[in-house]
Amino acid sequence: MKMKYDVVVLGGGAAGMGAVLGAKENGASVLLIEREASTGGVLNQCIHTGFGLHVFKTELTGPEYHEIYKDKMGNFDALYETMVLSIDFDNDRMKAMNSDGIHDIEYEALVLATGARERPFESLRIPGTRPAGIFTAGLAQKFVNLENHLPGHRAIIVGSGDIGMIMARRLTLEGVEIEGVYEIMPYPGGLTRNIAQCLEDFNIPLHLSTSVIKIHGKRRLEGVTVSKFENGVPLKESERFVECDTLVASVGLIPENDLVKRKIEMGSDEGIFVDDLMRTNYENVFACGNNVCIHDLVDFATVEGEMAGRNAAVIAKGGSLPPRIGFLSPKEGIRIVSARYTTATAPFKIYIRVDRPMEIATVNVNGKAIKAAVNAKPSEMIEVTLDPKKHDLKGKVELSAKGVKR
Amino acid sequence: MKIAVIGAGVVGSLIARNLTRYKDVDVEIFEKLPDVGWGVTKANSGVIHAGYDDEPETVRAKYCAHGNALYTKLSEELGFPLKRTGSLVVAFNQEDIKILEELVDYGKKNGVEGLKILSKYESLEKEPNLSREVVASLWAPSTGIVGPWEVAQSVVENAVKNGAKLHLSTEIKSLRALPFDFVINASGLWADELAKSAGVKVTPLHPRKGEYILLDQPQLVKTVVFPVPSKAGKGILVLPTIHDTLLLGPTSEDLPPDYKERTETTIEGLAKIVENARKLVPSINLSKSIRTFAGLRPENELKDFVIVKDDKMVNIVATRSPGLTSAPAIAEDVALWVADIKKLKLRSDFDPYRKPIPRPYEMEDDERNALIKKEPAFGRVICRCNKVTEGEVVEAIRRGARTLDGVKLRTTAMFGRCQGSFCTVNIMKIMKKELGEEFEEMEKNLLGSQVVDGVSR
Repeated sequence: MKMKYDVVVLGGGAAGMGAVLGAKENGASVLLIEREASTGGVLNQCIHTGFGLHVFKTELTGPEYHEIYKDKMGNFDALYETMVLSIDFDNDRMKAMNSDGIHDIEYEALVLATGARERPFESLRIPGTRPAGIFTAGLAQKFVNLENHLPGHRAIIVGSGDIGMIMARRLTLEGVEIEGVYEIMPYPGGLTRNIAQCLEDFNIPLHLSTSVIKIHGKRRLEGVTVSKFENGVPLKESERFVECDTLVASVGLIPENDLVKRKIEMGSDEGIFVDDLMRTNYENVFACGNNVCIHDLVDFATVEGEMAGRNAAVIAKGGSLPPRIGFLSPKEGIRIVSARYTTATAPFKIYIRVDRPMEIATVNVNGKAIKAAVNAKPSEMIEVTLDPKKHDLKGKVELSAKGVKR
Repeated sequence: MKIAVIGAGVVGSLIARNLTRYKDVDVEIFEKLPDVGWGVTKANSGVIHAGYDDEPETVRAKYCAHGNALYTKLSEELGFPLKRTGSLVVAFNQEDIKILEELVDYGKKNGVEGLKILSKYESLEKEPNLSREVVASLWAPSTGIVGPWEVAQSVVENAVKNGAKLHLSTEIKSLRALPFDFVINASGLWADELAKSAGVKVTPLHPRKGEYILLDQPQLVKTVVFPVPSKAGKGILVLPTIHDTLLLGPTSEDLPPDYKERTETTIEGLAKIVENARKLVPSINLSKSIRTFAGLRPENELKDFVIVKDDKMVNIVATRSPGLTSAPAIAEDVALWVADIKKLKLRSDFDPYRKPIPRPYEMEDDERNALIKKEPAFGRVICRCNKVTEGEVVEAIRRGARTLDGVKLRTTAMFGRCQGSFCTVNIMKIMKKELGEEFEEMEKNLLGSQVVDGVSR
């Protein structure tokens, strides 16, 4: 089947929904392509609260956020349970497959909103056996929240990412005993509010600088050996056996860009390099949400999506956008920067992550401090506004963060 | 004539299939594990070796090159993927080059064709990511790769189509007084014990463990890359898999005879793989790891296959490397032996063909559209890493998958870089629909390996 749209959006999660709305509001014809049977993405399985504080100024659950945003979007064309097989960026078309067959879809502008995937526990190369009972946090969440099945009865959480801590609470409420949360880094991987609300409130111990070094059990998981780590090396005398039938891994998210690899510019963390208009290295291809960088809050993914959708509509309607004139380069102290290029036409927000905890982090543009963040942690994004009137954003712009003691 | 085949690995299943070519033969295959090809068959690199490193005069040398050649026809008849990637044995100094020359000599004696010693330049041209330290390499064009369990699956499917009976999760503990006219012992790690139970003396086996690391670094190498072999074996390789991932391994650790189920990986083993693999290909990127695993191969003091034939029984023992490669040649030989002893006659209605599970992702558009029109489930992708459709999962279940690993090893769903974090639930839903099982009953692989446990409040 052949189709043609002004704007095609890949992925109907929090960012993709924003892109659909943004493009629609700017008068473009929009097609959404989504793998699952509905929009919402991971929001559908996130039945906890904490969503919507920025977009809707109220605290919502994932499904509520999805429903309210769906109403805002109104009607649009969509292909559900559809997989894009390939994109021909030079001819602005793609091939997608679903139970009706193969579709040849032409676009004027494209928005990539394909989200992220979880880093699986197996990829950590932890020695031992390979029994049943090992889950990523997202998979465990899907079993419990969408399918009403429990992963097991006594669990440990490996990694202190947000979904891991949220699952520690969720499983506790379902009667699963959580023996502890183990984090190999000396600081937690998730938001401070989740440490308080998900772990401390339920007396779940968080073991920092500690992780699993061996898996036991032939058929179903029977236990793990955990050890403290010092400078990345396990301490033999601290080894301890923990009996458990379930291991839930929350060891990171990876931007999902396999489909556009080698065509769209991206970093070593697999996040797409976009500019302050959410544009990629192709004039008519935009990206937003977790396939750009992993966000703390769903709201920010939606906001990015709306911007990507609006700008995609501009291009689709034959308009033009200002060129990139600056490159943002993360230097000392900074691990992640959400946007990597700038058109330096108007003030814009970027999100950065520091590479280690800092009591006070000063964020510098070309060595000049423009913001101070108290209690900066790698797990919490710092919002920075870059104003072309105040800072020189042409050419290479170095962003750095310095830790200062209080 | 009733024939029992013990073991549904590549050796047992190929013998069983060959026996179904004859008239008036009832072949029954007994497998201890819940699926076919899950023992020693699953415990190797999936390489179809050329046959240049087996010392001439060994039993291995007799079967390897011939078995390699037989794979072409087998793959065509049975529809399992086989890729003739070729291989390089990489030399780093003059002593290594001497070994390459010795291998060329072995190869000539063993009937291996096309061997050639390549210069440094030629080696790097063939495999640009090789270490710059390479000084020469041995090119063997007939080396290939397969998914070993896929060989066993397709062979068993075809044997069953031709009348063989398959008994899964059925352990034969002794060969004494089995109610069969002929018995084939192809029980891998347990072949020595079973031979003994029938009063046949063979050199005892011990497990040799091989650990592996699988990575999402497709196309880093295009051929199978070996170090020069040593007394310990073929060494740690770097190779592409048939499903376009990168495999590093195996280690080679001799375990005590009673460690026949000890397949855990170790910190030392994994470190050794990385160290050795990087000597061959320095740009291996461990952050692209998918998983690690280990398998056990049957080894004996002779470091060679032992095949004992008499008028009631054939014992195939110590099918160490290159067992996978040699299996079709061993099977041909064993079936001819049985036919000779028992005066069997070929039947005219043997059907050598088996159609693979349709794979829309690898089809042309016309073929895809025709398939999806007939069966819409082949248009619904459920595994995003390897683009596996619902139709493929349904088909895998209809062909015998009863566990998650059964589905994984037939379709490659859950086999990719996300290791099933997206598709496991969808696959379990399809299993529920097809098999009528509840989630709580479904197993990952072995009996007692339930995936979930209980219902939420």
